[in-house]
Amino acid sequence: MTTEYVSPEGLRLDGRRPHEMRHMHAVVGVVPSADGSALFHMGNTKVMAVVYGPHEVSNRTHQLHDRALVRCEYSMATFSTGERRRRGKTDRRSTELSLVIGQTMEAAIMTHLLPRTQIDIYVQVLQADGGTRAACINAASIALADAGIPMRDLVVSCAAGYLNSTPLLDLNYQEDSGGGPDLVVGYFPKLEKLSLLQMDSKVPIETFEKVLELATEGAKAVATFMREKLLENTKTLASARGHLKL
Amino acid sequence: MLSNKSFVRKTRHGKVVKVVREHYLRDDIACGALFCPTCDKSRAKLRDTALNIVVIDTNVALHQMDLLENEVMSDVVVLAVVLEEVKNKNLSIYNRLRTVIDNPLRHFFVFSNENHKDTYIKSLPTETPNDRNDRAIRVASQWYQHHLGAAKVLLLTNDNDNRRKAREDGIVAETVDSYVQTLGKPELLDLVARSDAMDVDVEDLRPNKKAVVYGEHKVMSEITAGLHNGRFHQGKLRVNRYNPFEAYVGSESVGEEILIHGRQDMNRAFDGDVVAVELLPQSSWVGSEVGKIADRDDEEEEEQVGLVPASADDAPREFKLEDGKKAAGRPTGRVVGIIKRNWRQYCGSIEPMKMPGGSGGTVQALFVSADRRIPKIRIQTRQIANLIDKRIMVSVDSWEPTSRYPNGHYVRTIGDIGDRATESDVLLIENDINSRPFSEAVLACLPPLPWSFSEEEHLKNHAHLKREDLRHIRIFSVDPPGCRDIDDALHCTPLPDGRFEVGVHIADVTNFVLPNLPLDVEASQRGTSVYMVERRIDMLPKPLTEDICSLRADVERLAFSCIWIMSSEAEIESVRFTKSVIKSCAALSYAEAQARMDDSRMMDGLTTDLRNMNRLAKIMRLRRIERGALTLASPEVKFEIDTETHDPLDVGMYQVREANMMVEEFMLAANMSVAGKILKEFPSCSLLRRHPEPTPQMFEPLLRTAAAVGVNLDISTSKALADSLDLAVGDDPYFNKLIRILATRCMTQAVYFCSGELSYPEYLHYGLAAPLYTHFTSPIRRYADVVVHRLLSAALGLSSLPEQLRDMPHLTSLSDNLNYRHRNAQMAGRASVELHTVIFFKKRPTDEEARIVKIRSNGFIVFIPKFGIEGPVYLVGKEAKGSSGSSNDGMWEVDDEHQIIRSTDGSRTFKVLNTVRIRIEVVEPQPNRQKLQLTLIM
Ligand SMILES: [Zn+2]
Repeated sequence: MTTEYVSPEGLRLDGRRPHEMRHMHAVVGVVPSADGSALFHMGNTKVMAVVYGPHEVSNRTHQLHDRALVRCEYSMATFSTGERRRRGKTDRRSTELSLVIGQTMEAAIMTHLLPRTQIDIYVQVLQADGGTRAACINAASIALADAGIPMRDLVVSCAAGYLNSTPLLDLNYQEDSGGGPDLVVGYFPKLEKLSLLQMDSKVPIETFEKVLELATEGAKAVATFMREKLLENTKTLASARGHLKL
Repeated sequence: MLSNKSFVRKTRHGKVVKVVREHYLRDDIACGALFCPTCDKSRAKLRDTALNIVVIDTNVALHQMDLLENEVMSDVVVLAVVLEEVKNKNLSIYNRLRTVIDNPLRHFFVFSNENHKDTYIKSLPTETPNDRNDRAIRVASQWYQHHLGAAKVLLLTNDNDNRRKAREDGIVAETVDSYVQTLGKPELLDLVARSDAMDVDVEDLRPNKKAVVYGEHKVMSEITAGLHNGRFHQGKLRVNRYNPFEAYVGSESVGEEILIHGRQDMNRAFDGDVVAVELLPQSSWVGSEVGKIADRDDEEEEEQVGLVPASADDAPREFKLEDGKKAAGRPTGRVVGIIKRNWRQYCGSIEPMKMPGGSGGTVQALFVSADRRIPKIRIQTRQIANLIDKRIMVSVDSWEPTSRYPNGHYVRTIGDIGDRATESDVLLIENDINSRPFSEAVLACLPPLPWSFSEEEHLKNHAHLKREDLRHIRIFSVDPPGCRDIDDALHCTPLPDGRFEVGVHIADVTNFVLPNLPLDVEASQRGTSVYMVERRIDMLPKPLTEDICSLRADVERLAFSCIWIMSSEAEIESVRFTKSVIKSCAALSYAEAQARMDDSRMMDGLTTDLRNMNRLAKIMRLRRIERGALTLASPEVKFEIDTETHDPLDVGMYQVREANMMVEEFMLAANMSVAGKILKEFPSCSLLRRHPEPTPQMFEPLLRTAAAVGVNLDISTSKALADSLDLAVGDDPYFNKLIRILATRCMTQAVYFCSGELSYPEYLHYGLAAPLYTHFTSPIRRYADVVVHRLLSAALGLSSLPEQLRDMPHLTSLSDNLNYRHRNAQMAGRASVELHTVIFFKKRPTDEEARIVKIRSNGFIVFIPKFGIEGPVYLVGKEAKGSSGSSNDGMWEVDDEHQIIRSTDGSRTFKVLNTVRIRIEVVEPQPNRQKLQLTLIM
């Protein structure tokens, strides 16, 4: 018998309904020595992102004369999964994720405003429970905003899948291992444009459309949450500096 | 609200890790009462008019399913914690419970207590999981009381401790028994499963058997330890269909099957149970003597007369040890514990007994299952007079070591014993065949009737299907007489250059059966149509099978076509597949088609097509046989049935004509062509059919028989076997056929599988000597063909493949179900023929010629070609058997090597494959137990 990822009563294994996201939690500016940083939780998936820059390009040969150089490094804390195992930064998955997150961020940053500079983004997964890709992008996005780097739009990300013939928003690890398709979108909420779309399996087009729509709706909800968090943070900062006039 | 659940789990590598999972608690979970003022009522089911809202605990769900299925039980709350426990403990009960919940008339409501913020509880440090779940049930019951009012809510539990604690918490709690008594329907008490606490051991009907005591089952922890240190072995127990006192446990740790001999060592295990087995000391292993060992139990079982086995799956199992192993014997063991029960409901009847005086009192009766592998079951009933001459269904509740028989309870009555319809229903139930009418939801999926082909809709509006218009082609069908579900038609057009265009056109069922709609789901569960002697249980509703999809003559029908260009020597030069619309010009019977071909005066186009096709088919068949395909023989019996009484009027062998073989040949070719096409496009998720190569051991009985009559068979390859079968000619024309019949039963059946699960050489279809094979040609009556149509359509780019068909695990479980359904359909069909054979011979004792197929110590087994039945003929009285070995009693002696039995005075000799005359008649050794009996006419 196949696992019941959605009960006939309409509840998922962790008690959510199909269109519900996990609880999000974000802390802006967790690493004071960095130019920007953020902690982002999507349920039990916990990610930290740290941004340095814009600064001078460390290796001159890589300098770009018309725009900023964006570098991204993804890693997983050894304690991030149940099974503690040393994972290098160089394994294939990490390399691929570094690339994907880096490209997504680069597309959001107005790099032409910062020629001949370098921006370093470090994302580390502290705890993994499905949906790490999306959480990394969201964390990096907040950290970039925290660093005050000019962006076209806040880039947000959300995943969705399809199990038991039901589109499911924001899969956790258990659902992620269910063998269904797992689709991740990167989304510009103001521009209403997709910046990233990844899926690793073949599905009929009708299914694909439903899952994509759900992931996009999820991304919009992430955007609302992130904007609130950033606004809250600006207010705290402002009040700390005593400039806020309400 | 959020609560993290953490627990430890072992990984595949044996490491222990802590797993933390999120667990969301909600405030939007409804109570399900239609009269609740606060909750959302969109899915509510519990009625104000109900006397009680009943909350059941896990054990009630697990053990009282027959009661819960009775409509007297309604307005029941099933807690999520209960469902989860039931699901983990017994999947079949879980499925039954879900069926009741899904039925809107029953008002069962699932309350997701584990996700409700007020009813979720964390387990206490000292609490076992069971205690925690019992507490969760009480907490939820209490919540319901507060929510709906204390007077309304009732907790049903048979657990004394749980009931006491519930009452302490102020919850109204009752046992099942006392609750049912308040309903005022005493006959319902028959449905209540007896728990040990209620079991007042009433006198056994056979007091002398009271001494029988089974060994205690080991506790689970001991079993686990024993499995770990190699003392015990785990496996599924399979009881020998032909000798219920013998069972086998396939054990990976021993590497071969462990034999369990006798009820004592089977130790209360049922067929299908997963058991733990301990090997006996080697000195008590069963050696090569198996065939002669008398049953240790006193219930004498004997072989029955029945249909000839069609394959190894139908034939009795026999063990002959290889010479080297003879000294050691077979690994023999005894059951020490039961890991998982496989109890289901059984069909059967009450063992004839003396009726108690008076009525209405509770009596004990023994139930005898129609499935011979199942032991007798003791039941209590208050309605014995109603049950004694009925076929009934019974559930098993428990089997204590002090009890010779398991305890069970009555579930329902099927009908009168001996009534043809009832007996037929028994066969369907026993083979798990759903013969209920199709539901409204399924019928709603049918196109509006009457359906007819519309050019606009099918050629213009669905242009993407590229449906070809083949209505101008002379297409015809050839089927058994009276066939109404015609799923294949043919054409054969000569081309100017001497080649032929040959087409096989199959009903386009998937045009009407769309994936995942109720119609499709129902068909996939049924898996196949079932052909009983007097009725057909369809896989698809009649409007589809007999009208819309049936490729009848002179109407326009949708088809999926496979079209070849063939050389005049029947070489396939090219093949193409297309959806099409056809108009058959004739629906012929095999006899009609044959008559046309044979009548040299007929020169019309249709007849010419038939002759051309027949010529091509013969060449194809010959080529197939040269490649090593086996021409086996499995005699099929055909009844002529009285249309009014449904009683058989005549019986005889099904006549196979050239026309049959012609159609078969092109169907085989179409199936092979399609198999290649879909596998190329979907290498890992094609549904194929394979026929495993038989092992040398499986040929053992055939080789022994053949050697006894001086025939040498080469079984090294299917080609070698086919050739040596051709050479096996005896003194009479039937000899060769007989050898082929014996060869057929050495082989197992072909099976469906998902291509991704196996690798290429294993795809082989041994019997057809085909590297690839599938089923494409009968989508009206086989679901495998429906799947293959979808695969082919997707391979051609005409439609997208439904996502489940891309999923290997799904396809594997689908093919498992199809194999199971296919097997059951065959067994039911065979049993139906056997039932009608008995009905037929009841009024007509008949003398007939028979062939000896095997020599036994007390007689021989004969096969009666005319009726396709087989059974034992005893030369010595039954009472002599097993006592001292009848072969030594001075009258008959057996020469096993040459398969001869001769009387000691030398006056009579019987050798295997000899012809003898046999009387066939129906006897009734016990009331309501009619059976065929074969006796030698001296
Ligand atoms: Zn309520």
